[in-house]
Amino acid sequence: MNRYLIPVCVFAALIALLALGLRFDPSRVPSPFIDQPVPSFTLPRLHEPDRTISPADLRGEVTLLNVWASWCVACRYEHALLLQLAREPGVRIYGLNYKDTHEDALRWLEAMGDPYVASGFDADGQVGIDLGVYGVPETFVVDRDGIIRHKHIGPLTEEQVRDTLLPLLDSLRGEQPAGTN
Amino acid sequence: MQALPRIVRAMVACVLLAWCGAQSNVPRAADAPMEFSDPAQEQRYQELLSELRCLVCQNQTLADSHADLAQDLREEIHTRVLQGQGKDEIIAYLVARYGDFVRYRPPLTAGTLLLWLGPFLLLAAAFVILFRIARSRRIAAEALTVEEQARVRALLEDPDRH
Repeated sequence: MNRYLIPVCVFAALIALLALGLRFDPSRVPSPFIDQPVPSFTLPRLHEPDRTISPADLRGEVTLLNVWASWCVACRYEHALLLQLAREPGVRIYGLNYKDTHEDALRWLEAMGDPYVASGFDADGQVGIDLGVYGVPETFVVDRDGIIRHKHIGPLTEEQVRDTLLPLLDSLRGEQPAGTN
Repeated sequence: MQALPRIVRAMVACVLLAWCGAQSNVPRAADAPMEFSDPAQEQRYQELLSELRCLVCQNQTLADSHADLAQDLREEIHTRVLQGQGKDEIIAYLVARYGDFVRYRPPLTAGTLLLWLGPFLLLAAAFVILFRIARSRRIAAEALTVEEQARVRALLEDPDRH
């Protein structure tokens, strides 16, 4: 009996380890930007190319920064949710139009609706690299002080919006801005 | 070769195949080749590509990947190498954006300690187990009572008495 004890224990431990491994999603890479300020960038606005957009525009209110592109199939999937989110009181969404053409991007927003306060136009993807974007769509949650508090990779789903995003936005809105407490 | 057991030949073949595979693992950029006038810079570029992971198709290096992002990052690295930036500088630039995950050789931190030491721990554990099995077998072989030893001796001296 005893001689089987160790192999059985080792086997059970291995199974437990592998079962645990199945629960991890290797495509979720922890972002080094969590709790860091939004990296600086300056981009022309999609609708008003003469005006620019920069992290300073995101400050002051809790903001979502959504990375999107007209060629991105998964963006189509989450778009209705973004439109819905944008109608929620106190939700502000900025867009980062990633590696797109100007015409395609404008046509997409016209056809599908525009949930964004404004979108930065990142034609060559340089700002995308600076933000560590690797799987469009991505959504950053930025607090009032311009600090990234959460990053979601891939299309948002209703469950994630309801269970994670909205509660997080609520709690961030409840926080005192830095310097006033 | 004929005299060797089949299992040994199979193992030798595996090792040789793995070795050949490792030899042919010369980094090659998947898409457009980059121009370099300085061979040292080209070598730095190739080394970087083979050490950095493409985050889109996560089990490919930047050298192998055909993903758009990999192409963009290759261009970025190319520009930086031409500017004369060192390997560490460029790796730090990418780690700041994508995290340690972009490196195929993660740094030794508390979180990666098991990753680095795990194989050695397993090897040590295997040796401990091997040693204990060997010792228990030896003890079992030696552990004869006085009467048993006498009987063994008697049998060896005079097998007909049995």
